[in-house]
Amino acid sequence: MEIFPFFLKGLWMTSKIGFISLVTCTLIGFILGIFRSSDSTILKRMVGVYVAFVRGTPFVVQIFIVFFILPEWGVQLEAFSAALLAMAIMGSAFICEIVAGGINSIPKGQWEAATSAGLNRIQQLRLVIIPQAMKVILPPLVGQYVLLIKDTSVVSVIGIMELTRVGWVTVVRIPEGLMVFTLVGFLYFIISYPLILLSNYLEKKMAV
Amino acid sequence: MLVDFNFRVILEYLPLFLTGLRSTFFIAIVSIALALITGIIACSCRISGIKFIKYPAIAYIEIVRSTPLLVQIYFLYFGLPTLGLKIPEIQTGILALMLNSGAYMAEIIRAGINSVDEGQIEAGISSGLNYVQRMRLIILPQALGVTIPPLLGQNIVLVKDSALLSLISVMELTRCGQTMTSERFMPTEAFLTVAFFYMCIYFCLKALADWSQRKLIFREAY
Repeated sequence: MEIFPFFLKGLWMTSKIGFISLVTCTLIGFILGIFRSSDSTILKRMVGVYVAFVRGTPFVVQIFIVFFILPEWGVQLEAFSAALLAMAIMGSAFICEIVAGGINSIPKGQWEAATSAGLNRIQQLRLVIIPQAMKVILPPLVGQYVLLIKDTSVVSVIGIMELTRVGWVTVVRIPEGLMVFTLVGFLYFIISYPLILLSNYLEKKMAV
Repeated sequence: MLVDFNFRVILEYLPLFLTGLRSTFFIAIVSIALALITGIIACSCRISGIKFIKYPAIAYIEIVRSTPLLVQIYFLYFGLPTLGLKIPEIQTGILALMLNSGAYMAEIIRAGINSVDEGQIEAGISSGLNYVQRMRLIILPQALGVTIPPLLGQNIVLVKDSALLSLISVMELTRCGQTMTSERFMPTEAFLTVAFFYMCIYFCLKALADWSQRKLIFREAY
């Protein structure tokens, strides 16, 4: 019981990392997704290589690459910013694929209609394509948010004092593995289960 | 940056990496097989009408899906010894991967079964087939086609997730990278090599998943 405040601190850290990375990943992911579904072959290829690298390697390895290799190249990062950077790199690749899938699901006629209505490229996306694509994008996007929040547990490997790390540190001192990690799991459950329910709800609602 | 990339060290450590690769393969194949069995059992409990086995299955699936894999691994790794069960790390790891992927596979299979049209089931009932026959002759053959591509996708996820076992000191691919980093302090060489091996596995599995998608999904076109 006396260690409980310690866990709340960990929960706060997890929510902080989770929230910041959700926002940055969504922003970068949308931009990259628009690039990925654009007509320019070079842009498409470049984003494609990036996505393949991120999807092809485990998140732990990506964290190690960011945390250990960037300093060798002269970019000094403290653990917290390295964690956020790794999360942003990983999450935006997955969100990019979701957004690109949504945009590609819009029939070509919509683009043509928007062009003939005299809208420029940005207006076409903003007023015609994205609002319709949101229907396809939203359910998997919320599902991806759940995955992102769960993946914040992995940044504990570089010493960020978030929920999983707190559990690990506690268990080294108090050998009550079952109890400690049940508590940690329960705290994660509180954050991610509402999002899972939201994702299920959106999936039902958006299905035509 | 990559100018002084040292291939000689990588060559020197290649045997270690190959052992790690073999270990990752072993873990992945065993876990995939066990997870598939777990998934099938959990899914059949989930869709059965008997409340006594339905609700535990729901609880299992939802708990696994809403907690991180790393927490599940630590739960088993630190929790089992307090129950008096001392098993090697690699078995703990495989158990964790099995339970984790099993829940996701159960949901994939359930989605496949639900995707079979209601009319098919009604047709089955009116031709006098019982529940088992309907499942065996009508629903499962059709569900299989839509289930296999996402199941292969789940296998890709599982291979990547197996990297987390390095944190409970299972000697697999990622752990080899960590070993090399701590012995030689050459993280660039170590982790880029590890990443390269994972990419190879990823591309093979992805090609398989895409191929099965092309081969199997077209049935939906009717």
